Amino acid sequence: MNRKLTLAAALLAATVMGGAANAKTFVYCSEGSPEGFDPGMYTAGTTFDAAAHTVYNRLLEFKPGTTETEPGLAESWEISDDGLEYTFKIRQGVKFQTTDFFTPSRDLNADDVVFSFDRQLNSNNPWNQYVAGASWEYANGMGFPALIKSVEKVDDYTVKITLNQPEAPFLANLAMPFMSIVSKEYSDKLEADGKKELMNQQPLGTGPFAFVAYQQDAVIRYKANPDYWGGKQKIDDLVFAITTDAAVRYQKLKAGECHLMPFPNAADVEAMKADPNLKVMEQEGLNIAYLAYNTTQAPFDKVEVRKALNMAINKKAIVDAVFQGAATEAKNPIPPTMWSYNDAIKDDAYDPDAAKKMLEEAGVKDLSMKVWAMPVSRPYMLNARRAAELIQSDFAKIGVKVEVVSYEWAEYLDRSKAKDRDGAVILGWTGDNGDPDNFLHTLLGCDAVGGNNRAQWCNEEFNDLVVKAKATTDQAERVKLYEQAQEVFKREAPWATLDHSLSVVPMRKEVEGFHQSPLGDFAFEGVDLVE
Amino acid sequence: MTDTNTVTATATGIGTDPSFRARFAEFWFYFSENRGAVIGLWVFIALVIVALLAPWIAPHAPAAQFRDAVLVPPVWEEGGRPAFLLGTDPVGRDILSRLIHGTRYSLFIGTIVTSLALVGGIIVGVIAGYFRGWVDTVIMRVMDIILAFPSLLLALVLVAVLGPGLTNAMIAIALVLQPHFVRLTRAAVMAEKTRDYVVAAKVAGAGHLRLMFRTILPNCLAPLIVQGTLSFSNAILDAAALGFLGMGAQPPTPEWGTMLAEAREFILRAWWVVTFPGLAILVTVLAINLVGDGLRDALDPKLKRS
Amino acid sequence: MLRFLLGRLAVLIPTFIGVSIIAFSFIRLLPGDPVALLSGERVMSPERHAEITHQLGFDRPLPIQYLDYIGGVLTGDFGTSIVTKRPILDQFFSLFPATLELSFCAIIIAVVIGIPAGIFAAMKRGSFFDQSVMGVALVGYSMPIFWWGLLLIILFAGILQWTPVSGRISLMYFFPPVTGFMLIDSLLSGQSGAFKSAVSHLILPSIVLSTIPLAVIARQTRSAMLEVLGEDYVRTARAKGLSTFRVIGIHSLRNAMIPVVTTIGLQVGVLMAGAILTETIFSWPGIGKWMVDSVFRRDYAVIQGGLLLIAAIIMVVNLVVDLLYGLINPRIRH
Repeated sequence: MNRKLTLAAALLAATVMGGAANAKTFVYCSEGSPEGFDPGMYTAGTTFDAAAHTVYNRLLEFKPGTTETEPGLAESWEISDDGLEYTFKIRQGVKFQTTDFFTPSRDLNADDVVFSFDRQLNSNNPWNQYVAGASWEYANGMGFPALIKSVEKVDDYTVKITLNQPEAPFLANLAMPFMSIVSKEYSDKLEADGKKELMNQQPLGTGPFAFVAYQQDAVIRYKANPDYWGGKQKIDDLVFAITTDAAVRYQKLKAGECHLMPFPNAADVEAMKADPNLKVMEQEGLNIAYLAYNTTQAPFDKVEVRKALNMAINKKAIVDAVFQGAATEAKNPIPPTMWSYNDAIKDDAYDPDAAKKMLEEAGVKDLSMKVWAMPVSRPYMLNARRAAELIQSDFAKIGVKVEVVSYEWAEYLDRSKAKDRDGAVILGWTGDNGDPDNFLHTLLGCDAVGGNNRAQWCNEEFNDLVVKAKATTDQAERVKLYEQAQEVFKREAPWATLDHSLSVVPMRKEVEGFHQSPLGDFAFEGVDLVE
Repeated sequence: MTDTNTVTATATGIGTDPSFRARFAEFWFYFSENRGAVIGLWVFIALVIVALLAPWIAPHAPAAQFRDAVLVPPVWEEGGRPAFLLGTDPVGRDILSRLIHGTRYSLFIGTIVTSLALVGGIIVGVIAGYFRGWVDTVIMRVMDIILAFPSLLLALVLVAVLGPGLTNAMIAIALVLQPHFVRLTRAAVMAEKTRDYVVAAKVAGAGHLRLMFRTILPNCLAPLIVQGTLSFSNAILDAAALGFLGMGAQPPTPEWGTMLAEAREFILRAWWVVTFPGLAILVTVLAINLVGDGLRDALDPKLKRS
Repeated sequence: MLRFLLGRLAVLIPTFIGVSIIAFSFIRLLPGDPVALLSGERVMSPERHAEITHQLGFDRPLPIQYLDYIGGVLTGDFGTSIVTKRPILDQFFSLFPATLELSFCAIIIAVVIGIPAGIFAAMKRGSFFDQSVMGVALVGYSMPIFWWGLLLIILFAGILQWTPVSGRISLMYFFPPVTGFMLIDSLLSGQSGAFKSAVSHLILPSIVLSTIPLAVIARQTRSAMLEVLGEDYVRTARAKGLSTFRVIGIHSLRNAMIPVVTTIGLQVGVLMAGAILTETIFSWPGIGKWMVDSVFRRDYAVIQGGLLLIAAIIMVVNLVVDLLYGLINPRIRH
């Protein structure tokens, strides 16, 4: 108790002095609590916003506002001609944060980088299981254990990574939050103190903001890192005010209690745009919502049937009713902000009469089917029930009876994977690394059948194209292959592509320097408040 | 004061007449004394009529979507349309029609849940109170366990276990309401068991079942009826709360709590989608509670005296 | 008194074991695989799935899992959250003060308004005041509080902007939690305005949460008063010409308060149920919201631990109420 009180007094003094200097505090009304503060263990954007983009850096970073990569903690790199060896030069003079709970004695070096990989990939590393159930979901999900042969320290500022096979999206993967570089020195100290679990509660990295305190489900506080290698931030304090309800977030933004909020209610966007105290940024999100037919089951194994159903869906109505217009109708399986998006492709026009005729010609009568609606709201599909109801009434117009079914979320994900699943599934995807492979191969490749490939669709022509593109390092060549793949996709229609949601970010007028990320991140490096 | 005295005198006079009609007349006399209860009863009857006639009096089908009439305000507001008296929701469904159909769900929920809890509670309670001993101990411990959890939390977790939906929500709520009936019945049975008329019936050779349900039970009914109305309104509130948390009736069911949950994102833009379903819940529950108060006053002899 | 206490404890222990079994088995019955949820839309390989299932111990026989769990509980280890990977007891203790503070304020409001309202209504039985109080109480008692909370937000935070929308204190103020109670911590912090801010954040949620207990207490107080006022000794006292004040204050009140105290004790369960809804609406970081979130996140471990802890608290409070009742009213001790 005594210690706490002293700490309180010290902090009080600090706050009072800080107050005198007129500290700039930026408040972000975040949408939820982070699962933890070790980005390697989690997959949720909320967690990455709180842990990865504030406290940590990665070898490569996404250029603010784009899906292109730029040097981060790695100053430069070389790739061997066979595409198997990556040699990274580590930036020198990068300081770890100095906080109440840790004072670093040395700068970033190769040991930290090697450790950051090893703890995720090597099950013998003492940090691999430092909390019960640590599972390094993303490293596993991106296939790192099978892909990476070795990570070696060449000298203090050089690290060599050897792969088992060439992989074009590898560099982009290194810029993802889960590959944040942690401090070996800090980890050693926690291990020596027998307090390993603090790694997930008091993060310490090289990033623009240093962690100060987290009050569960309420507030996370950071202060600008004065030693940041990219220069000290213009704001002094960063606060995440956790506010799960979108309507409440809007209220707080209006009242000036926070400066920026994610995920507004679609219904409020218009009013936000009209408010002179606010400004609104909009961008197509890196996502897709789709209705996946089971292409192995009659009559959905027929292209004409799938096409006919696609033509019967009034996508505009879905965009209007579910997103209040804050989304675009989708024609391709990848979003328009992604490179290689094939804009030349024409969407099947909404035409119930033609659809009805087409269905009759295909010999399908009195069709009744199930449409699966997700029980949860996701950025790409805010309200799947509502969308399913709209599709239900659209299909009724061409004589197809629809039963809308739903399961609890984990059940839903699991059951929809089954190859003999009955019905078409509404689902979607949010891109991880900005690479088309992450959509086309992950969601529609042959090896994803029975898994991520909810259409159970294995088309040789399509699969060859995306597999080839994955192993090619020549960018122009990859673009061509992916454009072709999109043509095959449209012709074969394994999905009805529904929408790409717009990501809408309302903020106070005085906010400057915020870059909206196509990856859906909320990173506050470089933001400022200008009265 | 003199008023009350005459009333008591009359009441005693009627009370000695054993016929059902007279007993009802006595009951009605006290019930109708309570103005609130009578109003509540009328509102409740009106709600029942609305529920029964819903398909005929609702201007539109509850699930019919008017795509050209999304979020139309109520008719008296600017931009309102006479076709949609209370406005429309985000997919263009008529709110009035949904509310009217929602009456069916709420009354249905109340009826089913109360019946389940009442019947289950009475059977278990009579058994516990009649047999006592270890049967009683086990039953009462189980009831203690159920009562140790906050009812809504228990119902929430139960629904999560059973799967979200109206049926499961009703089962869960019936289960958490049931211990009250068990306790009441048990206490009443224990009190009645030693009365002369029961002992007489026992001596005359009445079996356990007959003793339990024909002889004792009818004399314990008054508190159960009062508890029943209370459960009726609680069931509606809890079901709406579960619907509000997304664990009750699933959309597009026009259940009031679910409507509120669906409408929540429009709270600042379209007040009518939030206000009316809540008001409907309040009015219904209030009417039932008014009736419940009237019933208690009319049936509880202890309060009559004062 | 000791015998009474021991008797109550003898009942409490089997109930607690029953509660723990229920909490434990509920969670095993929950549909949906918590392991699969960890990866969301991303598919997990079957080997990986089996590995994590094993790590979390879900592949062992149920009785073993139960004994293990109970063993942990008795030594103060309620397990670790599947999602946050933090110990459940830690999370509970960091969130519980928020719920306690809110509930405490709600019950204060309910008692301070409810008891006098009930007393005066009983004294002026049948008057306009009586009818209004009872009318309002019945409306409060019938209120769907989740809707009531939304209405108050729209009015006071949205239109009038008198109170903040949600949270526990303005973010301008920052001090480390000493007691966990924002009202106390804000005073201890010495920062000017902090206490006022904490109070303004507490007002709306407290009102919402107090609505039902207030109605119940007002009604209960009134009928207890009426009953006592009808008793012979009060009539006698009145007949003896004692002043109304003395009759109410000395003779009736003490006796009327016995059932009221019990009623207040019984509101603890009601408050916990109300906290679930109130905290959800006001983004109040307490255990009610924690439980709802955990149900949606399928965080088995938290639901299990939370149910057990909450039930234990309610049981202990009920025990205390019983003991108090025994103290006030010696007749029931035997």
